[in-house]
Amino acid sequence: MRVDRELNRRLIVATAETVIRHADELSELDRAIGDGDHGLNMKRGFEAVLADLDGLASKPLPDLLKAVGTHLVMKVGGASGPLYGTLFLALGKELPSEPTVDDATRAFRTAVGAVKARGKSDVGQKTMLDVLVPLVVALENGGRELLARLKETASVAAAQTVPMKALRGRASFLGERSIGHLDPGARSASLMVAAICDALGAAR
Amino acid sequence: MTNVGIVIVSHSPKVAEGAADMVRQMVGNEVTLAWTGGNPDGGLGTNVPAIIAAIDRAWTAAGVVVLVDLGGAETNSEMAIEMLPEKKRARVVVCNAPIVEGAVIAATEASGGANLAAVRRAAEELSPL
Repeated sequence: MRVDRELNRRLIVATAETVIRHADELSELDRAIGDGDHGLNMKRGFEAVLADLDGLASKPLPDLLKAVGTHLVMKVGGASGPLYGTLFLALGKELPSEPTVDDATRAFRTAVGAVKARGKSDVGQKTMLDVLVPLVVALENGGRELLARLKETASVAAAQTVPMKALRGRASFLGERSIGHLDPGARSASLMVAAICDALGAAR
Repeated sequence: MTNVGIVIVSHSPKVAEGAADMVRQMVGNEVTLAWTGGNPDGGLGTNVPAIIAAIDRAWTAAGVVVLVDLGGAETNSEMAIEMLPEKKRARVVVCNAPIVEGAVIAATEASGGANLAAVRRAAEELSPL
């Protein structure tokens, strides 16, 4: 994939604006089963990313991703900061400047492993990993219309957190009462995936 | 100061400061102590740069134990430790212990000159298995 400053800019803006636009929805989801700050926290993080847009867009892809990760770590203020921060930092460490699909698959698999370690969690615990892990599988399966399928995979996987009982994070305090609610971290992950897939699709 | 230092990380600056007051009452100035609470905007939450700064304030050659309240405080503290220079990183540990009781018992142990592992163990003995 050819990566240039214009595409960098569009990817950053699309991701950040999607998160910021959905901040109220994310906080509302978090109020139901957590402490109600997920949207506000993510908005704070991505506003810091947008404030650095020119600097970020001029970097090679690995450095850009690491810098985004650092902004999220430093600014989010909740567990999602180090979790998403770790995802972006690990992607930056693993991806070459102009990645192939195979590069992206391998890097994403490693980065999701780093998120599991950071959160001491895994799939099935009603967290962002319930979106990230199915994406690794979808990438590994590859095939035609990959971007559209990744977006669909993320959306379906997020919805599948609704009947889950939370086993990690603040929602786990609710036990059975966490059942029946969409996980806010799964929702924010699927929103970001959709934004990135749309921006990459439009760039072709 | 060669005693192990104590850092208290809460979502709430009031909880962090209050826990620190209780530690001071117990051990006076025999241990270095720092606290932090609140997200980067001052609301409830935790803040990686502030945690790094607190570790630096409490730093001694014997190392630092970090007491945390809920999930985000733990995750952000672990992230902060990873961002420390390598030489410091190995001498900072997060205790799996209740924040107030853990801080007081850890500080009491530290004030007697116990090493990092012993201070951590004293705090963690409070945790239900």
